[in-house]
Amino acid sequence: MAAGVAAWLPFARAAAIGWMPVANCPMPLAPTEKNKRQDELIILNVSGRRFQTWRTTLERYPDTLLGSTEKEFFFNEDTKEYFFDRDPEVFRCILNFYRTGKLHYPRYECISAYDEELAFYGILPEIIGDCCYEEYKDRKRENAERLMDDNDSENNQEGSMPSLNLRQTMWRAFENPHTSTLALVFYYVTGFFIAVSVITNVVETVPCGTVPGNKELPCGERYAVAFFCLDTACVMIFTVEYLMRLFAAPSRYRFMRSVMSIIDVVAIMPYYIGLVMTNNEDVSGAFVTLRVFRVFRIFKFSRHSQGLRILGYTLKSCASELGFLLFSLTMAIIIFATVMFYAEKGSSASKFTSIPASFWYTIVTMTTLGYGDMVPKTIAGKIFGSICSLSGVLVIALPVPVIVSNFSRIYHQNQRADKRRAQKKARLARIRVAKTGSSSAYLHSKRNGLLNAALELTGSSDDEQHISKSTSLIESQHHHLLHCLEKTTNHEFIDEQLFEQNCMDNSMQNYPSTRSPSLSSNNGGSTSCCSRRNKKTTHLPNSNVPATRLRSMQELSTIHIQCSEQPSLTTSRSSLNMKSEDGLRPNCKTSHLTTAIITIPTPPALTPEGESSPHPTTNISTTCSNIVKVSAL
Amino acid sequence: MLTVLIMYLLGFLYAQNSTKRSIKERLMKLLPCSAAKTTSPDIQNSVEDEMEIATVRHRPEALELLEAQSKFTKKELQILYRGFKNECPSGIVNEETFKEIYSQFFPQGDSTTYAHFLFNAFDTDHNGSVSFEDFIMGLSILLRGTVQEKLNWAFNLYDINKDGYITKEEMLDIMKAIYDMMGKCTYPVLKEDTPRQHVETFFQKMDKNKDGVVTIDEFIESCQKVSNDKLI
Repeated sequence: MAAGVAAWLPFARAAAIGWMPVANCPMPLAPTEKNKRQDELIILNVSGRRFQTWRTTLERYPDTLLGSTEKEFFFNEDTKEYFFDRDPEVFRCILNFYRTGKLHYPRYECISAYDEELAFYGILPEIIGDCCYEEYKDRKRENAERLMDDNDSENNQEGSMPSLNLRQTMWRAFENPHTSTLALVFYYVTGFFIAVSVITNVVETVPCGTVPGNKELPCGERYAVAFFCLDTACVMIFTVEYLMRLFAAPSRYRFMRSVMSIIDVVAIMPYYIGLVMTNNEDVSGAFVTLRVFRVFRIFKFSRHSQGLRILGYTLKSCASELGFLLFSLTMAIIIFATVMFYAEKGSSASKFTSIPASFWYTIVTMTTLGYGDMVPKTIAGKIFGSICSLSGVLVIALPVPVIVSNFSRIYHQNQRADKRRAQKKARLARIRVAKTGSSSAYLHSKRNGLLNAALELTGSSDDEQHISKSTSLIESQHHHLLHCLEKTTNHEFIDEQLFEQNCMDNSMQNYPSTRSPSLSSNNGGSTSCCSRRNKKTTHLPNSNVPATRLRSMQELSTIHIQCSEQPSLTTSRSSLNMKSEDGLRPNCKTSHLTTAIITIPTPPALTPEGESSPHPTTNISTTCSNIVKVSAL
Repeated sequence: MLTVLIMYLLGFLYAQNSTKRSIKERLMKLLPCSAAKTTSPDIQNSVEDEMEIATVRHRPEALELLEAQSKFTKKELQILYRGFKNECPSGIVNEETFKEIYSQFFPQGDSTTYAHFLFNAFDTDHNGSVSFEDFIMGLSILLRGTVQEKLNWAFNLYDINKDGYITKEEMLDIMKAIYDMMGKCTYPVLKEDTPRQHVETFFQKMDKNKDGVVTIDEFIESCQKVSNDKLI
């Protein structure tokens, strides 16, 4: 039964006394209240802000966190309250839901934060009240679309490039000129030739000085040969480009149907038709008109300019608005032309000879051009003419803002896509830095661990005992985990530079060093491929270690010390966003609890004893470390 | 289950007809098939918008019940649950999230394969998601269990197809997954057949009767024997 209604139940039951006089059968017995609990106040402490409510209020919705026994997980025995480490602002809305039965969505709240809180408290978003439901749904859809766009563009952009054959490389080069220098060169060359071709078309018609005979000749006829050569060159380039695109296209049929390729074909066709038809004099008139199509070469620029593409895309997406504009204009033109024709019929020598002739007047008037070649002379004509021009302004002004807003939306979408790409790159870079930071932190601490061990051996109890910074508990546990993995596989983590150096050395000199850390005896004595650095014997700082006894140990440390200084842990930590940092904190595996409870047999410190190899811990069976590993999980 | 479905459909239809949703409809939608105490996940779809994915909410068993079933105290369970719920508010972990979390501990290498095996070991009822109960049961064995129980769990991890036998291929898969986590930059350099050699050695030792598979008893025996040998 509904929450609010339940409060009125005693009233309804009391009012049932009205039925008693006319009841056929005796009334049933009232149910006794078993386990009648005294209602108590519960204190909910959300990040310091204390909310209080009755227990029965919360129990109205038993399948949410607060209404079920799940909240016992958050009960604090000492203060006898329920502590939640969440946002108190959103909790206000949630608690109101229990009180009133309506869940509201505050407009100032971010949609994903709100969703997370709802998920935490086990409340479904569907029960948001009508007052706020639309807003919630709209924001959610916007967010989802944005994320989808993001993912789509990302999927289109990236994508591992396995070995592409020639065709795919060419297609990629055509579509995205920034992929290689050759593509860029090609891009600029074609752009240049398009410009040349368009300019030649224009200049051809300019009068270029007279020829004896008092005739003004356009440049095209005066320098016919030069222009012809230019035209030929341009068409050659365009033809080659078109054929190459056709060859590289993944789907040739789809490519041939696309707008750009049609423009390409239309741009170069007149030339070939002209070549074929120069013989026939009759058809050359038609040929001249074909040359008009050469102007379409200017549309080839749209491959080079994103703004043009956006404009074209806008026009395509506003097709319905443009259609409406056209239709309403046509209607108005016909109406006003008819009216003007009949109004001006009376006047003598009027230019309005027919209704189609009046169309021209109507169009010129409605678009407020007003050439003045056709002017009404009668009074009725003038009245209707003025109505025509006023209504023209209105009809044209209506669909234009819609088109403008569409353009602005698409343009901003484009901007946003670019911005998001840059953001994503930055975020990935940060995550990569964090990863290298954590791994270098581990190597750093290993080095310091070795240093400490070496110092302890020398017995020098200087103040430089603890070179390493005090690492937090979580860090030391993480490092322990990595150490266990090393022991399991019997390989060590090293720096990338060292790794490359080792491999270079390996390729140059391939002798097994006796002092190399042998793989576990279980593994059947495979020699390490990487030689040790016998040459470098720089001393450890702050120690006067007898080189002989600890040379192996020293060399190992030396190798590590020669790693370049990695950025300190704190800076790399601070450059993380919250999500990555959370990852380092054990989440679904709270290992801070782990080591507090169990006692893991810690691997003994790296102290070489006697003649043992630099990795005495190798002797500890890997099976034992298996168990260790399992426990450490 | 069927009645709930009918109730949902009714509620949906009713909601469609009348824009004003009475409290009753909302409650009808809320009433789940499971009470708070059961552990069946409440999968409640919103049929209105196809863009919405199924929201899953899972409520764990009562604190007292979990305390009885596992070896943790109430306080420990509280701490564990808080961390769990913070990271996974819906109450369950799916494999993707698990892999993501696990990969942050091993930045050098690729830990997805091993995380996959680990996930299967935790997901005891094989429903594709790890709930808090699975998590607690696993942790309880691993942290507070006897050596026998721990080795049992390890055996379960290695036995990929859960048929009671570890074959050489299964062990090789696990070994490769472990070596994958090391990544590329190791000293000494990892060779192609290092995992295989590793497996060879161990498999020979474990497989007493040389029948090509390791049973649970052989596994436990050999682990305990080896640790006895080497620890002393």
